[in-house]
Amino acid sequence: MSDFETVIGVEVHVELNTRTKIFCQCPTTFGAEPNTQVCPICLGMPGTLPVLNEAALEAAVKAALALNCRVAEKTKFDRKNYFYPDLPKGYQISQFDEPLAADGWLEFDVDGQARRVRIRRVHLEEDAGKSLHGAADEATLVDFNRTGVPLIEVVSEPDLRSPEEARAYLTKLKTVIEYTGVSDVKMEEGSLRCDANVSVHRAGSDFGTPVELKNLNSFRAIKLALDYEVERQTKLVEGGGAVARETRLWDEKAGQTRPMRSKELSHDYRYFPEPDLVPFHIDPAWVAEVRGSLPELPDAKRDRFMAEYGLPAYDAGVITGSPSLAAYFERAAAAAKDPKKVANWVLGELLAYLNAHELGFDRIPVSPENLAALISLIDRGLISGTIAKSVFPEVCATNRDPEAIVKEKGLMVINDEGAIVEAVDRAIADNPNVVADIRNGKERAMGFLVGQVMKATKGRANPETVNRLVRERLGRT
Amino acid sequence: MPITKDEVRHVAALARLQLDEAAVERMTGQLGIILEHIARMNRLATEDVEHTSHTLPAMGNVVREDVVHRGLDRDSALANAPAREGPFFKVPKVIEDQEA
Amino acid sequence: MTEAITAHELRDRVKRGDISAEEATRAALDRIEAVDGRLRAFLTVTPEAALDQARAVDAARRRGDRLGPLAGVPVAVKDNFCTEGVRTTCGSRILENFVPPYSGTAVRRLAEAGAVIIGKTNMDEFAMGSSNENSGFYPARNPWDLDRVPGGSSGGSAAAVAAGEAVVAFGSDTGGSVRQPASFCGVVGLKPTYGLVSRFGLVAFASSLDQIGPLTLDVTDSALALQAVAGHDPLDSTSARYDPPDYLAAIEGDVKGLRIGIPREYFGEGTEPAVEAAVRKAIEVLVGLGAKAEECSLPHTDHALSAYYIIAPAECSANLARYDGVRYGLRAAGAEDLADMYAKTRAQGFGAEVQRRIMLGTYALSSGYYDAYYLKAQKVRTLVRQDFERAFAKYDVLVAPTSPTVAFKLGERAENPLAMYLADVCTIPVNLAGLPGLSIPCGDDGGLPIGLQLIGRALDEATLLRTAHAYERAVGFTPRLAPADPAAGKGGRA
Repeated sequence: MSDFETVIGVEVHVELNTRTKIFCQCPTTFGAEPNTQVCPICLGMPGTLPVLNEAALEAAVKAALALNCRVAEKTKFDRKNYFYPDLPKGYQISQFDEPLAADGWLEFDVDGQARRVRIRRVHLEEDAGKSLHGAADEATLVDFNRTGVPLIEVVSEPDLRSPEEARAYLTKLKTVIEYTGVSDVKMEEGSLRCDANVSVHRAGSDFGTPVELKNLNSFRAIKLALDYEVERQTKLVEGGGAVARETRLWDEKAGQTRPMRSKELSHDYRYFPEPDLVPFHIDPAWVAEVRGSLPELPDAKRDRFMAEYGLPAYDAGVITGSPSLAAYFERAAAAAKDPKKVANWVLGELLAYLNAHELGFDRIPVSPENLAALISLIDRGLISGTIAKSVFPEVCATNRDPEAIVKEKGLMVINDEGAIVEAVDRAIADNPNVVADIRNGKERAMGFLVGQVMKATKGRANPETVNRLVRERLGRT
Repeated sequence: MPITKDEVRHVAALARLQLDEAAVERMTGQLGIILEHIARMNRLATEDVEHTSHTLPAMGNVVREDVVHRGLDRDSALANAPAREGPFFKVPKVIEDQEA
Repeated sequence: MTEAITAHELRDRVKRGDISAEEATRAALDRIEAVDGRLRAFLTVTPEAALDQARAVDAARRRGDRLGPLAGVPVAVKDNFCTEGVRTTCGSRILENFVPPYSGTAVRRLAEAGAVIIGKTNMDEFAMGSSNENSGFYPARNPWDLDRVPGGSSGGSAAAVAAGEAVVAFGSDTGGSVRQPASFCGVVGLKPTYGLVSRFGLVAFASSLDQIGPLTLDVTDSALALQAVAGHDPLDSTSARYDPPDYLAAIEGDVKGLRIGIPREYFGEGTEPAVEAAVRKAIEVLVGLGAKAEECSLPHTDHALSAYYIIAPAECSANLARYDGVRYGLRAAGAEDLADMYAKTRAQGFGAEVQRRIMLGTYALSSGYYDAYYLKAQKVRTLVRQDFERAFAKYDVLVAPTSPTVAFKLGERAENPLAMYLADVCTIPVNLAGLPGLSIPCGDDGGLPIGLQLIGRALDEATLLRTAHAYERAVGFTPRLAPADPAAGKGGRA
């Protein structure tokens, strides 16, 4: 198997988060009651006509620029003809030979190695509705709310060489799009969808026959389906067989791909120029304006975080992996003294909390100011790191001022030496054997006494103070 | 370029039209005559000719603002449906897999 | 209506209070009642809604409100105009029970102009045809001779106006579907420049060719009717950004010095001698008024037909894909699964001509044939356009027959689709080039009307209307209703 090479190209559909659909004025809210966000236009009623939403055009240009594409000066829409119950007009308004943008690239890391994949094209099109199969009497039920939601299709060149690379490419693509703000890029809500073309060939020979994979609904599915398919094709070729050019569906439950049952015929899409829309001329000056409106993108932000905050590359990479998290970090860093400590907290306690509570980076419950305040309590010696960690869940849950929480709970470090001396003396009095050991030269037993004091003060005593006082009281300075 | 019966069957499948054998026969004959006439345009040299898909004068991009305008309520949307189930349009079972 | 009355005349009488809109509407409805059993120009008549609209006009007049330019005028629209709450069939069984939840822009503008919409007219199914025989329900008849066709596809609209069932009617013209029936029925039919009238709400046949136009008794009405519907519409991306001139003002004036081109290709071998004679006589009339006329050539005319019969079917094959039995319209019973339902529904719902065009268009776009047919046709379309550009560098108007023949008998061409297609040779190139064309009666052959076609520059409807109006005045035209009587067909027309 080792002398086989894999070639993967990926097509990604991204729903744009405009207020209205691409060709009509229906809202695009996700999760509305079925067939309540429809009008004669998106239902494909006779006599209706499309008019392009300018926000969809701008969003698509934004995404294309973020993916380093060249935006066309002239672009047009075409009809892609096929029949399906959730495709109301019997054709999808898409783009064929004059896409909005082309010739881009995306850089990402795989195992610490930088990889660059070329992006063939980015085009604009309308989404279809949703078909729910297998209702009562085996009927299919159709909801047209999603019909006409604007989509961009991002097509990569077949530059990916492993399922792992494909996954890394998609992760980076998702991040970049998320930065531009033109999409929610939520795979679980279908606002990011992925198809892949995959082939295998023996090293040194020509590329194999590509197989199209559909129904890859999660990052996990992408990896599993590609792994499965690479193995299937490799075995086939090793056994002297030939890979058929076909479309296969990933069956999540069965953990395998299977060929689609529809015939070759469905691939004759009979594209032709959409007569209901006139061609679009994209003014380069406007494109420059849109480029100027792009936010700082992940790579630039990572580099800046390394330079400005002194973060290690890995930490900066993880934090800038999400625009929400990066923005959160910056606000917290601005409120705190030491950005590195903030980064440690973000990457440690915060991520753990978000994972445990299944919260996205856009729903971080604790404000960056409160996180900074918590770190500041440690810096000021008012609480220990351990105490800070122990109260963090509550700080998150309530998003209240950490100092108030710590005070209420009586967890503030005891700096009053008198109080600590009392505890030290009690520990000495209660543990004569240990004291004897120490006096006999067993210095390590000192730790036990310190522990007793910490326990008695519920961890609030400053450990350094306790150490010093134990030594003093035992006359071991 | 005359059209064959097999091509007629293929095109009917693409167009989702059920044609019986008599209809295939009739259609093949009629389309053949029409296509033969149409093929006369192939005598024209058009290598350097631009194609026309619109006759409109250049008029700038036609776009609209991203402003919500409420469409149909659900019952109006479903009023013409040959079959519905609850809030959904209903169609016979799908044997073909999802297209896109 | 038992006597011909034009819209401008009727509107003025309504404004003066000589006749109420309700009376005018009742007169039109009575005429429908009297003759439509034979004429079959309507697929749907809406008396209650029409009388309500008429009474609203009358109430507005009593209040002293400003009345619209078509106030109280009974208007019929072709049944491919979407009308909210009123069945819109497109002449097809597949839409037999379709009730649109919205009205198209033209219909809304007509209502705003005070027009009273009395019903939906018969048509060739999905506007595909030149005789009305392709109606999915029943063919409309020619009111001058009920054994003959009224032309198509807007045959019902032309027949309704000619017979006085409506004062004004609207149709759509994709390859001659307003002008040819106007010619056959002896009324004025105008196909405006592509983009002048919004297509929003017009059920699409071929999107890059379709254009709404009025059928009227005289040229003044044509100007009035065009004015009511013309102008930019943000709901139609192919609507021209253009402020229409005052067409009623534009029809006044003479044709002195007007340069007329007579394209020789429009007088081909199938042209009936009576048609050619009438058209040449009409040209002499214009020359007598001071116009200059000479023969010219539009060399790609013959190929225009080929290009049209690829482009229109190709666009229609996509436009008609939505009739799939899912959201509206017919669904065939007894289908085993979705694919079966599609194929059965479309085979049962579409008539023979529509199926033929869907097949032709699907074929022309299918893998392996696109370049040879569709792309080639689009290039030929450019050549056709360039023919006109060259001609309009020299001439202000081109003049030709609208149709090579007068109205033919029902069934006469039904067995030969190609012969039917070839008869559109004079009108099709105009659609391919997106230009305005107007058909005006210019005589008759044994009582069967002959149409004179005027073709103009893009958005120069004004010159067409002015020329037609000058002709109308010169020949002393007075509108006369067609009898729509079984005994008719022998008598002549003035």
